[in-house]
Amino acid sequence: MAITSIIQSGPGAGVLLTNTNRFDDLLNLARKNSIHYLLFGLACCGIELMQTGGPRADLDRFAAVFRASPRQADLMIVAGTLSYKMAERTKLLYDQMAEPKYVLAMGSCANCGGLFQSSYAVVKGVDKIIPVDVYVPGCPPRPEALTEGLMRIQDIIMSERWWREKRRPQSGAK
Amino acid sequence: MNAQEIHSKLKAQFGDAVGDLAEAKIDPFVMVKSDKIVEICRFAKDEAGLDFNYCEDVTGIDWPARNVIEVVYHLFSLQQRHQFVLKVEADRSQPSVPSVQGVWKAANWLEREVYDMLGVSFVGHPDMRRILLPDDWVGHPLRKDYQEAGGYHGVTNTRPDPLVKLGQKVEEERKAIAAAAPPPVATPATATPSGGFGTDSPPHQPPRASHAPVAATNTAPASVSATATAPAPATAPAPDKKESPNG
Repeated sequence: MAITSIIQSGPGAGVLLTNTNRFDDLLNLARKNSIHYLLFGLACCGIELMQTGGPRADLDRFAAVFRASPRQADLMIVAGTLSYKMAERTKLLYDQMAEPKYVLAMGSCANCGGLFQSSYAVVKGVDKIIPVDVYVPGCPPRPEALTEGLMRIQDIIMSERWWREKRRPQSGAK
Repeated sequence: MNAQEIHSKLKAQFGDAVGDLAEAKIDPFVMVKSDKIVEICRFAKDEAGLDFNYCEDVTGIDWPARNVIEVVYHLFSLQQRHQFVLKVEADRSQPSVPSVQGVWKAANWLEREVYDMLGVSFVGHPDMRRILLPDDWVGHPLRKDYQEAGGYHGVTNTRPDPLVKLGQKVEEERKAIAAAAPPPVATPATATPSGGFGTDSPPHQPPRASHAPVAATNTAPASVSATATAPAPATAPAPDKKESPNG
């Protein structure tokens, strides 16, 4: 905060990047190219998730690497069938993630229960317990599909306007 | 050793407690008395020639018409390379069978699974808890008369049919188009489902394009494409609560 005020009060403050709308793009560019997803697989989609992180599909191209701790994860990829017993654990993991956080429902089971939706023990879609940003259909989705899902998450990140939203109350206080 | 020899050996040892050998379609099995199951299993494990040292599986079958729950023991001998199936019956209202956990350690979790799914209580089991379902689950799902409780801990077990929702949205859009249209040349009652033929539909909305925004929402995940994204405000917190990314 102090640095910002020094920069803005200095010479040439009017043309700083922080005073333009493009500063959001810079922030978002950094955020979208460092998506750390939670190391979290529930069923067979988890195998495909590993494949997506492997050398062929290679999520590392997007600088998306897994983190084993929800505290350091930006994205939760719900990969697989969600049982009621696991649902509470999943909700807990989601609550432990720091904002801003995103959820990608991978595969039919995470979308709506899929093949197992008439089972007594399966949650009919992960959006019944946590908000979902992107749904990726498939049983399981191929790595290409999951990669596109990640790119849609990147689109969401790029569309957000954090800097301008933050500056609005500041300018109002002056 | 084949099934006949195994059965005659068990029969010679235990007499009436061992029933007749039933030539089932897949595995020959024998029905044994419930209170003798532990002794029979220990004999089958320790007796030279039988050597059933591997308890492959313990399962159960619900027979509501006979008011019986069967517990099935699949045994295998790694030395002799033969297998055998034992079955015991338990009363369906209060199913209770002696535990063979003391004979084979593997039976511990298998019996817990039978308890979880069918409600058979194994007497002498050191840890008679559910193994797959949550501890506070109501009912035993593999019973034929099991009724779902309608969700778990507030999570409902129903999901609206996305096609129904899609149909409603399409219908609403048609009505909106019909309401926004200028006084038509033809009567409104004869409006076609596709929203008109271009002449009487609004110029900014061609008839085919009216379905596109519906498919792009995230309320109908089973029917949308991989590119369906939620609107950004769904995840973004309120503006006044936002923190700067750089602190």
